[in-house]
Amino acid sequence: MTETTAKELSKHAREEIDRWITKYPPDQKQSAVLAAMRVVQHENNGYLTTELMDAVAAYLDMATIAVYEIASFYSMLETEPVGRHSISVCTNISCMLRGSDEIVEHIERKLDIKTGESTSDGRFYIKQEEECLAACCGGPMMMIDHKYYENLTSGMIDEILDKLD
Amino acid sequence: MSDDTITIEVDGKPYEAKKGQMLIEVTDANDIYVPRFCYHKNLSVAANCRMCLVEVEKAPKPLPACATPVMDGMKVSTKSAYAVEAQKSVMEFLLINHPLDCPICDQGGECELQDLAMGYGRDVSRYQEQKRVVQDKNIGPLVQTDMTRCIHCTRCVRFGEEIAGLQELGATGRGEHMLIGTYIEKSMCSELSGNIIDLCPVGALTSKPFRFSARSWEMAQYNGIAPHDAVGSNIYFHVKDDRVKRVVPAENEMINEVWISDRDRFSYEGLYSDDRLLAPMLKENGEWRQVDWQTAFQTIKERLEEIIATDGANRIGALAAPTSTCEELYLLQKLMRGLGCHNIDHRIHQVDFTDQDVAPLFPWLGMPIAELEALDAALLIGAYPRKEQPMINHRLRKAVLKGADIMLVNSVDYEFNYRTSDKLISSPGVLPAMLAAIVKVLLESDNKAVGKDVERLVNQVQVEETHRQIAGKLASAETRAVLLGNVAVAHPQFSAIRYLADMIARLTHANFGYMSGHANTAGACLVGALPHRTVAGLATNNTGLNATSMFEEQLSAYVLLNLEPELDCWDGQLALTALQAASCVIAMTPYMTTQIADYADILLPIAHYAENEGSIVNVEGVRQGFCSAVTTVGESRPAWKVLRVLGNTLNQAGFDYNTVNEITDELAGMLDDIKPGLTDGGQLPGALSIANGSLQRMTDFQMNSADSLVRRASALQQTRDVADGAVHINNESANKLGISTEQNVLVKQNGVGLQLPLLIDDRLPDNTVLIHAAHPACYALGPWFGDITLERC
Ligand code: SF4
Ligand code: FES
Ligand code: FES
Repeated sequence: MTETTAKELSKHAREEIDRWITKYPPDQKQSAVLAAMRVVQHENNGYLTTELMDAVAAYLDMATIAVYEIASFYSMLETEPVGRHSISVCTNISCMLRGSDEIVEHIERKLDIKTGESTSDGRFYIKQEEECLAACCGGPMMMIDHKYYENLTSGMIDEILDKLD
Repeated sequence: MSDDTITIEVDGKPYEAKKGQMLIEVTDANDIYVPRFCYHKNLSVAANCRMCLVEVEKAPKPLPACATPVMDGMKVSTKSAYAVEAQKSVMEFLLINHPLDCPICDQGGECELQDLAMGYGRDVSRYQEQKRVVQDKNIGPLVQTDMTRCIHCTRCVRFGEEIAGLQELGATGRGEHMLIGTYIEKSMCSELSGNIIDLCPVGALTSKPFRFSARSWEMAQYNGIAPHDAVGSNIYFHVKDDRVKRVVPAENEMINEVWISDRDRFSYEGLYSDDRLLAPMLKENGEWRQVDWQTAFQTIKERLEEIIATDGANRIGALAAPTSTCEELYLLQKLMRGLGCHNIDHRIHQVDFTDQDVAPLFPWLGMPIAELEALDAALLIGAYPRKEQPMINHRLRKAVLKGADIMLVNSVDYEFNYRTSDKLISSPGVLPAMLAAIVKVLLESDNKAVGKDVERLVNQVQVEETHRQIAGKLASAETRAVLLGNVAVAHPQFSAIRYLADMIARLTHANFGYMSGHANTAGACLVGALPHRTVAGLATNNTGLNATSMFEEQLSAYVLLNLEPELDCWDGQLALTALQAASCVIAMTPYMTTQIADYADILLPIAHYAENEGSIVNVEGVRQGFCSAVTTVGESRPAWKVLRVLGNTLNQAGFDYNTVNEITDELAGMLDDIKPGLTDGGQLPGALSIANGSLQRMTDFQMNSADSLVRRASALQQTRDVADGAVHINNESANKLGISTEQNVLVKQNGVGLQLPLLIDDRLPDNTVLIHAAHPACYALGPWFGDITLERC
């Protein structure tokens, strides 16, 4: 059973996980779990399914619940289907002082969804960002698909979002 | 004073402590109360609830007693204003999200949170915000979840990782959204899962079968001994209105520590099954009629005396469940032997009796249960302790965690909850040959004089790498054991297995022992419930028939004690045929089944389990007594009383006991000086069978189908550890035979054909068919082991 689930991982994912495994002591291959899930999530339109998490667990010899714990703990791992482009607006202290609340409001209004939701056409997802994204000097800021946009204004946001497919 | 002893001061008084101990261990040992939720002495320290905060001199903040190592000269206050203030603040935090639904919570009255809230909580909550709510998941038939009540102590999670060896529960999500659960809808499959009910300090995890049926303060607590395996775990019965409401573990570090298996916890439900026999019954002209005890006893006297006069006393057979008490079994054999009948046995799971004369006094573990955890290597043969003897498995698991090698010679590649080392999985017929190969390796390296016969025997077999590995690890380990399990004892070549296993143990200086048997297998042997030995293992000149030949011989009369022979015996069909043909079957039984109604003539209702009294002996040789916790149902009586009156009715001397203790004392006098010990060697097997490609049936024991009580415990019957009535075979063998799971297969064994569902089971080696013991749809096939064929229907 373990074997058949492990097969669900793509060749690329397995290669990538194997590469990460070599970075850790041989008896601690579960250390590669975060990297593994990042790869797998990336290949699966930005979110993890139970089957995929089970496959990662089998591949790394971990209990499935241990993988679920990790996936549900880290905010960069998604366990539900989400829109193609993941938007994180920092609302931590520096950004908040620089008006991040209005930025969030503007995006929500523009996309007609609330934070934590995806647009019905599957294009955008506004993620609930938990932490400071470490670009405090450029607040307000947001991150879309791992790319930072700083010193935001409403106009800039329209331009950035309109350019994404 | 040894080097690692230090002195600390707690609440102004000096105490001795050992270096490396946590503060809470010292306060607990000295009866100084420190409140706690997450700390548990049998689990790792998590220190996540912070309820145990105490004041330590020179520390800048309160420290958790469960995670603070003691230091010489340390000054601790557990009750200073500073400490209590810290404890109260933690309490306030813990209650923020707790629903405070004690009136509808099963834990109410025995809840650690409720108790501590009394001591450390405020009268009024300052918290005005919304509380979190957690959606419950169904985690199976045994444990009820109400996760909104969870305080995240993670005792249940740590139990899974550390004791059960199965990570099933976890903490998913983070911060406010963190919750304890399985994440996906999933039944727990640990055989120890019920222990999380006791561990959970709140009402988040409670007993599903017990739910809403009593309050803790309404119940009285009585001691008991669990009757389902050879360990004899200590338990408490919780009784309300003269009914067992639930069972919880009683602490006994030497036996079950603080745990019990789910089977021991939930089997009490079987006491209250609808088919309890409530009064003596007599069959006349095929019609059952209720009679009084007097009539029943008189009828038995007439029938037995008639049979003895016409056919002879040796045409009677007496069979007892190995779960019966010492007192019952002692009286049974005393009665039968008094009547001149030596056909007495309890070894209903065995078929190979050829070496019974040199068998040990009783199937002995060879060492204390607690010492199993100090083993460095063990070879388990025909054994699945995880489901057969869960508490023994728990000790072995502890040994593995310390680095021990557990090696296996089995016919099913069982799933263990720990790492196992080398394993030999072969069809049942080849088991002895596997052992012989290990002997061969050992003889190569250490040229001991073992005799030509042994050399000739082992020269028949081929040695492979795994045999060498096993031999090597056993020989080089410091403390080691060779242990036989239930399947080994039921094996048709049990004497060969025993001989060879014993030889391996001798050659490696390992402890040889049994981890097989039932609640009182040991006691049954000791009190003479055997055809070839009387009390204390004394040989008799009149060897009677063993459990199998009693049925083969089709005797005139049978006396059964707490048995369902068609399910419990090695060849259920053989048993049934003999019972049906007998002219008189007397059954002392707690249950009335259609089979019993069919073959029996006189039924005597007996007390069962918590209703009974007496003593049983576990696999280590420890005798444990118990008293009845509840009154027995209807007119039933403890079997010892029934046998006492029977003895007197049949004019036997020495049946004038007033209490069960008088029997116990009489036995103690005879058994006190007995040392368990194992006899020499055994019987050299003639030849060894090797795989010949024919299809072989084997049987194993599903823990929740093991005896009449647990088979009637409804919650346990919903678990996966029950006999499934299916034919198990591996994929390759199924393909070769052209059979598939899509339709039933025609199973032929012993001249009988049955249609049964097929199950692909890749834990099995080739050409091996597994059918579970004790399934009502399968006993017609007969023997538990032997040739079998499968065809498409
Ligand atoms: S369910 Fe009970 S034992 Fe488990 S973490 Fe919550 S409170 Fe602790
Ligand atoms: S507060 Fe927004 S990036 Fe640090
Ligand atoms: S008992 Fe010490 S922190 Fe929980």
